[in-house]
Formats: sequence, C-alpha cells, structure tokens
Amino acid sequence: MSHTLEYDGLSVRYGRGGSAHQAVDDVSLVVRPGTVHGLVGESGSGKSTLAAATVGLVRATSGAIRLDGTEVTRGTAGRRARRRIQLIFQDPHSALDPRMSIGTSIAEAMRASGRRRSRVERRQRVRELLELVDIEPDRYREPPAGFSGGQRQRITIARALAAEPDVIIADEITSALDVSVQGVVLNLLRELQSELNLTMLLISHNLAVVRYVCHTVTVLRHGRVVETGDTERTLSDPQDPYTKALLDAVPVLGERPDWGSVA
Amino acid sequence: MRYKPWHALRSPRAVSGLAGVLLLVFMMVFAPHLWADAASAANVAERLQRPSGSHPLGTDQLGRDLLARVLVATRLSLLLTLGSTAIAVCGGVVLGMVATVVPRVLRRGLTALLEILMSFPWLLLTLFFTVIWGASAKGALLAVGFAGIPTVARLTYTMSSSVAGRDFVRAARIVGVGPLGILGRHVLPNIRPVLVVNAAAVASVTLLSFTGLSFLGLGVQAPDYDWGRLLAEGVGKIYVNPVAALGPGVAVLVTALILNTLGALASEAAGRTPRIAGKAAPRLRAARIPASADEPVVEVEDLRVSFPDGSGGLVERVAGVSFTIRPGETVGIVGASGSGKSVTAMAIAGLLGPAAHVRATTLRFQDIDMSGEPDAAARRKLGLGLSVVFQDPLTSLNPVLTIGRQLTEVSEVHGDLGRRDARRRAQWALSLVGIPLPARRARQYPHQLSGGMRQRVMIGMGLMGTPALLIADEPTTALDVTVQQNVLRVLHQARERTGSAILFISHDIALVSGFCDRVLVMKDGLIVEELDARQLDRARHPYTRALIACVPHMTTDRTRPLPVIADFDGSEDAEEIHA
Repeated sequence: MSHTLEYDGLSVRYGRGGSAHQAVDDVSLVVRPGTVHGLVGESGSGKSTLAAATVGLVRATSGAIRLDGTEVTRGTAGRRARRRIQLIFQDPHSALDPRMSIGTSIAEAMRASGRRRSRVERRQRVRELLELVDIEPDRYREPPAGFSGGQRQRITIARALAAEPDVIIADEITSALDVSVQGVVLNLLRELQSELNLTMLLISHNLAVVRYVCHTVTVLRHGRVVETGDTERTLSDPQDPYTKALLDAVPVLGERPDWGSVA
Repeated sequence: MRYKPWHALRSPRAVSGLAGVLLLVFMMVFAPHLWADAASAANVAERLQRPSGSHPLGTDQLGRDLLARVLVATRLSLLLTLGSTAIAVCGGVVLGMVATVVPRVLRRGLTALLEILMSFPWLLLTLFFTVIWGASAKGALLAVGFAGIPTVARLTYTMSSSVAGRDFVRAARIVGVGPLGILGRHVLPNIRPVLVVNAAAVASVTLLSFTGLSFLGLGVQAPDYDWGRLLAEGVGKIYVNPVAALGPGVAVLVTALILNTLGALASEAAGRTPRIAGKAAPRLRAARIPASADEPVVEVEDLRVSFPDGSGGLVERVAGVSFTIRPGETVGIVGASGSGKSVTAMAIAGLLGPAAHVRATTLRFQDIDMSGEPDAAARRKLGLGLSVVFQDPLTSLNPVLTIGRQLTEVSEVHGDLGRRDARRRAQWALSLVGIPLPARRARQYPHQLSGGMRQRVMIGMGLMGTPALLIADEPTTALDVTVQQNVLRVLHQARERTGSAILFISHDIALVSGFCDRVLVMKDGLIVEELDARQLDRARHPYTRALIACVPHMTTDRTRPLPVIADFDGSEDAEEIHA
C-alpha cells in the first residue's frame, strides 16, 4: 500500500499587491512510495505553508499537488484524495481538543477513512491504535490534560493513523518537545514507518532529526528549493552554501564554536 | 491534580449562593399558591396603610398586602428574566458561532452588523424593540431578549474564532468534519465555561432592565404585576409609605446578588482558581555579608521553591539546590521541562511572584539577600547589575514602545543618566550586540524586527547597566539554528567586553556544552551532577549520560533506534505533565 505525493511547480502567495508575500515559490519535489522525505529550512522558508497547502488549509496560487496522479487541490475528487493525507502538528498541547477524551479524538479521525464502523469496532480500533503508539489503551476515556507532551504527540500520531492515510505530513513534530522525549517520538515514527510502509513528508528545522529519519531531503530557503537529494549524500557533501551554513550552525556536544575574538 | 467540584461547594459563597437559588425557586413555585389571595384581595377599608404587624410592608391603594404582592411577583419577574436571558444567550451564541464558519464576505457583514448594534445604547435598542412588539409583558420579553443578543454574539464570535484557529480544529477539518460538527464538537465545549459565567451576568442585567421597563410603564401591564410595577406604584406613594417602594427594590437587589454569586461560582469552577492554603512558609533570612572583589556573584545554598498545586497543597519544584557563580563565569543549567531549572534562575532574580514559596539557607546575588523582598537600594542595584533574557523576545518587549525608549528606561530609572547620555549608551549597547544602524533601529518598534534581532535587543537591554550577572533562560529556543549561532556569539562577546557572569538555561546539552564553562544537570528539582563543560564525556550520573545519548546528532547511527531516557532510569512518566 504505497503512494506517491508529488509537487509540481507549487507557488503560494499571501496577500495582494505591494504587501504580497511569496511564501512558496515554484517548488517541485516527489515523495516516493514508502519513503520519508525531509523538508528542511528556517522560519519563513515556506515549509509549513507547503504542508498547509497540501491538506487544503491554504490555497495554492499556481502549480499542482498530486497524490498518485490525482490533483488534490481541485474538485470533488481532489477533496476525496486530500482526506488520504494526514497532518501531524507541531504543538501537542493545542493539537488535541482539551474537552474531548483522547479516544473520541481518535475516533473522530476514523471518519476520514471512509469506512463505516460500529461503536464496538471503533472502540476496538482506538485501543489498537493506542497500543501501537505505546499508550495504555485503557486510558482512552481520559482528556489530554493528563498526558505529558511526549505522550500527547504519540496520541496525535495515533489520530493521524486512524484516518488510514496514504501519506503523512509531520510538521515539526518534535520541536515543541524536550530533547529527552524527542527520541521516543522519533523512534516510534521510524518504527511505524517501516512496519506500515508509510509514505511520509517530515518537516523540520533540525538537521540531525531529518538525517536520522529521512531517506531523501529537500532544503528550502525563502520558498525556493535550494538543494535536494539523498539525505546521507546531501548532508555529508552539501553543494549549496546555504546548506553548508545550516550544517555549520548545528551545535555539537563539547565543541566550542569559533566566535572570534573581540578587539 | 484533579479538580473536585464539591470542594468549591463548601465555601461560604457557594453555600449562600445555593441557599439563594433554593429561596428563589421556592418563591417562584409556591408563592402564588400561598399568598395569591392576600395579594389580590382588595380591602378598601385598609387602603394605603403604613407597615404593621398584619401588613409588614403596608398596603396599596386597594388595601392589598404589599409583602404578599412582592412575593407573588417573584414568579413573573423571574420567568421574564429567564426567558429574555435565554433569548439573548441562545440567539447570541448561534449568531456568534455561525459568524465563525461562514465565508469571509458574509462574516465581515455579520460582524459589522454586530458592531453597529453594539454601538447603540442598550436601553435604546430595548425601547426600539418595545415599539415593535408593543408595551406588554410579551413585548418586553422579546425586546429585552433581542437587545441582549449583540453583546453575547460578539463575545461568542471572539471566543469561537480563537478556538477555531487552534490545531485541533484544523485536525478535525483535515479529517473532513463539517462546519456544524466543528462548532458542536470542538468550539462549543471549549467556550462553554465562559458562556455560563456570562449568562449569569446577562441575567442580572436583564432583571434590572425589566424592572426599568415596567417602572416606565412599558413592560408588564395591569392587572399583572412584577417588581418593576410594584416599584413604580410604591414610588408614587413614597411620602405616604416609603417601605412600599423599598420592598420590591430589595427583592430586585437580592435576586441580582444571587445571580451574580452564581456567575462567580461558575467562573470559579471554570477557572479552577487554586486557593493557597495556609500561610506562606517562613523565609529564613541569611545574615548580610559584605561584598569583596572575588566574592561569588551568586551564592545559593539549599534553595527550595514550592507552588500551590491547585487543590490546597504545595508541590516542591526545587528541592534543595546549592551552587555558586563566580564573577565572569558562564554556568549552564540543563534539564527537561519541569526539572526546576527556570524556577531556580527566577528565584535568583527574585522574579517568582507571590504564589511561590521560597526558602533557602542562602540565596544571595552579590550582597543582596534575594529570599526576601529587596528594599529600594537593593532594587536599584538589581536593576543595573542583574539582567534577564527570556525565551520569547516578542512577549518580553513592550510592543507599544520603541526599542530605544525601552533601552534608555533602564539607565534613566536606575542609573541616573541624563536622557542624552542614556540614548548614547543605548546606541552603544545596540552596536555591541551587532545590530546594524543602531540609531535607526532605536526608533523602531519590536514588531519591525526579526526574532533574532529582538533577542539581541533583549541582550542589549541587559548591557545598559553594568551587569554582574546575565540570566539567559532558553534564549535561542524560539530561533532558527543560524540565528541561534549569531545570538550566542553576541552573548559571548558581550560577556568578554563587560566581564558579566552568565547563567545559561537550556534543555539542549550540546548547546550548553559549547557555550558554558560549567554545566549543572537538574532533574526533579535537584542538581544531579555538576561537570566541566569540556569533560561531558566523563559524566557519571546515568541521567546526564542519557541526556547526552538521546539527542540525535550528525553522526548518529541511523540503523539503530535512539537510546531514550527510559533505558537509563525509570520511565518517561518522569516527564512533566502539563495540566
């Protein structure tokens, strides 16, 4: 069950006239079936806008987004195709409805799968999903307030999986988490990806995270593609000066950057 | 830390509120049955009597008992109030929520209409509607109810819009939940607490306006009567029997008070306001020691900080921490969120606020005892000698003041510098933190600067005095990596030029190790290990080793799962739960 997500000359512009801002500028890239593609860039690089355009939260100005060849930005067929793409959000504290039990939140996402399930089946599926992300299934009745940030992020992953998506877009899913919890979520993501053969677009500003999880990578800057290719090769031998600058800025344990001396 | 509703019910306010509600309900249901005869039986012989044993409030011009009439009027007065409140709240909520989900053009039209309606005085609207529906009880019910809709609608719209922008609503939209589903399942439950509180306030205003309308003769018409009409009749005879007007007045007042108490109770339950039990823990004052040149800048011994936990108890967030910072030293504190690292730093800066209970054998910045309230001289010294850079520069800079104004404030308030000297120093500080064209930037507002620039301004603000200590609490967490590098460089250079010590707080051990001389590792309110930053590989404590190992870096083995903290000690449940 593998699917291809393809961006073809996608552009998104916010506003009109003089104050217009070109957030995404002619971006083309392909997420191959069963692989994780990383999207790296700093704030304002357009990576989150790209994600929002994919799931229909923002309208594309021009270009196309295709899932298995179906244009997802237009028409009824597009809307149906779009349901098969799920987004995991950055902030686990605002991604879950505080007044809804986590089980209900997950069950709500099941309607995107288009499958009709009885109450019992739904509950069964919620428990399976919670188990999959290492949350005690018996806690499905609890509201999100009782869970830590890392646990909540795992619940949002379960919710995304409940929709039985063809493609998952993970938008900075570990940047709101403590580094000590980040590893748990990353491990889970990698495990689920290889087990379920998921196709995934992972958006992050953290190069080490992208390097650890992704097969291929695209570096964005000011809405444009700077460099794209195999992760290992791109990050060990960057061709573009911006990619190099990004790599140099990553803090390394016990290594003091050269700050130069002041006169 | 679960909220227990019955706790709230034990407060004196809750008891009186509930008693009041019972009283009102009783009057509404039974008063007409019990006193209807006394209230309607005319006895011309006893007309216009003053208060007496048989008629506590006196009688009206037909000789009817006024107390009975006030009590019987409870039903009509309250029914009208509740009816109008229901119209105002239901109409307002529906209109406000619909405005959230309709297309943009319609939404603009609706909100514009609401704003126009709100700009009319409320009484004017009521009178306008009364003209439409006529001067009757039913007319007044509709008029007061409809006049209340715009206010409730506006409030609902504002609250729903903020809920509708949150990620969980977007998630629901992505899975295909329709607008009605989103309103019913996600928006309404989240705005309900505020609405309940507001409904109580609307109800008491409604009661007053009914009384007003009936008083003016526009509301309830004879032979029916509510408190407003009784008040109007009483006022007419105020020189004969002043108590006749007081009776219905007191009834209105008491009812309004009960409604307000209900509102306050509802907001208490919704806000889950924690009550601080007992007195603040006693603060041990350390003896003042005169400062000398190589005296530590900060000395902390057995620092403990507790906060109220929301159900009356206290929870200790820092559980006995001791360390010193020498002049010019850079010390890092690393730990997961909830480990108490920020609380420790804020205790040193004296910024914890009244809710915190701080105890320490020693808590000193230079020669100032920070465990108590500093006096004026100490505050002045703190203003110049200690500065703090927070995580989010957008919320820690004042959005309505120029950068320059905010910088010069420090020296003008604490440093007795003239305005011109202060301005010159501000430009010096801005150029020191690497801001190009400092004179121009000083005239700009925070929103005109990028995140990295704002953080530099914060650091520059810290340099306006003669800082002995700069506390940087996650100063680069909100920034991009390349910007982070620049900000750290600026911080480093500022230290070299001013000789200030730096207390650097972060959850990223790689970042801290590259910046600091010494690293303190905190976990659950305790310092578990103290290390030389260049010798992190010699870390002994399993938690430190876990912190180092669990972060992916550019040479991590991609074929193996990342080690996690749980592999080293206990479980992930040790992580702070954000309630």
